[in-house]
Amino acid sequence: MPDSEALHASHRLEYPYSRSVGPVIGAFLTGLRDGRLLGVKGSNGSVIVPPTEYDPTTGDDTGDMVDVGPGGVVESWAWVSHPLPKHPLTTPFAWALVRLDGADTALLHAVDSGGPDELATGDRVTVRFRPAAERIGAMADIEAFVPEGGAA
Amino acid sequence: MADPTTTEDLGPVTTLATPIRLDFEFTPGVAQSRFLRGLEQGKFMGQRCPTCGKVYVPSRGSCPTDGVPTTEDVALANVGTVTTYCVVNVPFAGQSIEIPYICAQVLLDGANISFMGLIQEIPADQIRMGMRVEAVWVEPDQLTPSLESVRYFRPNGEPDADYETYKEYL
Ligand SMILES: [Zn+2]
Repeated sequence: MPDSEALHASHRLEYPYSRSVGPVIGAFLTGLRDGRLLGVKGSNGSVIVPPTEYDPTTGDDTGDMVDVGPGGVVESWAWVSHPLPKHPLTTPFAWALVRLDGADTALLHAVDSGGPDELATGDRVTVRFRPAAERIGAMADIEAFVPEGGAA
Repeated sequence: MADPTTTEDLGPVTTLATPIRLDFEFTPGVAQSRFLRGLEQGKFMGQRCPTCGKVYVPSRGSCPTDGVPTTEDVALANVGTVTTYCVVNVPFAGQSIEIPYICAQVLLDGANISFMGLIQEIPADQIRMGMRVEAVWVEPDQLTPSLESVRYFRPNGEPDADYETYKEYL
């Protein structure tokens, strides 16, 4: 008798937070929207990407924004065989720390290499932005990094 | 725009949307499912405790006083009494009802526990304890196993209930 069976339903709880990003991360996100990768100069001349308002070593204010990338080097990575709904790609990919050309720190993002055998620490990758019309000023404006000069 | 690849005219990015989301697979259990299926048929279904005789709506499947299963299903009236209420004057994000509106505890006839409902079709400053109200349902083809099947309660014109009849349910 169906009346004795318990119902069930999908339920989504969602809080639509928005946060203020401040001048430095704001400039970085504006750059992403424009299809540019920006870092910031730290107090000892190093370039921090993604940029911070304060130098993480000295605590001093950071300086000018500088262009970095679009290529870089994979410093380390972990393969995701079964992407989740929140992940940036629907096909298997790597979470990777990518040190962009001109940067002294690494940025965490997805690498779309096709498979784990197509990726190694030290590989060169380059950025793949979303189409300009879809970019909103967020990390997801970078669709993924891809192996430089081929594949995916 | 001179250069279609820049978005300078949009101004700098100052905020970031960071929604937090949790996806649940929810089950209300057998007892509350009966209540919800009742709503789908346009009626309030409760359950009676075999020990104390109290009728709970919606039933959780057991009596909180006696700790025994509530096995007898009871169909309740479509009318009840406002035991207490709150007038909402404060706007908030996601609000779907025009303020001011009345949120009331309604003791359905035949039930021994009150039940929260929206009161409409009366100015907010005329609500009072003891007011007799009736449920207004969505159209029959719109009924679902959800409280959304009840649009609201409205005054049904009966004289106010005597305080003695609901004083235990405040
Ligand atoms: Zn009982």
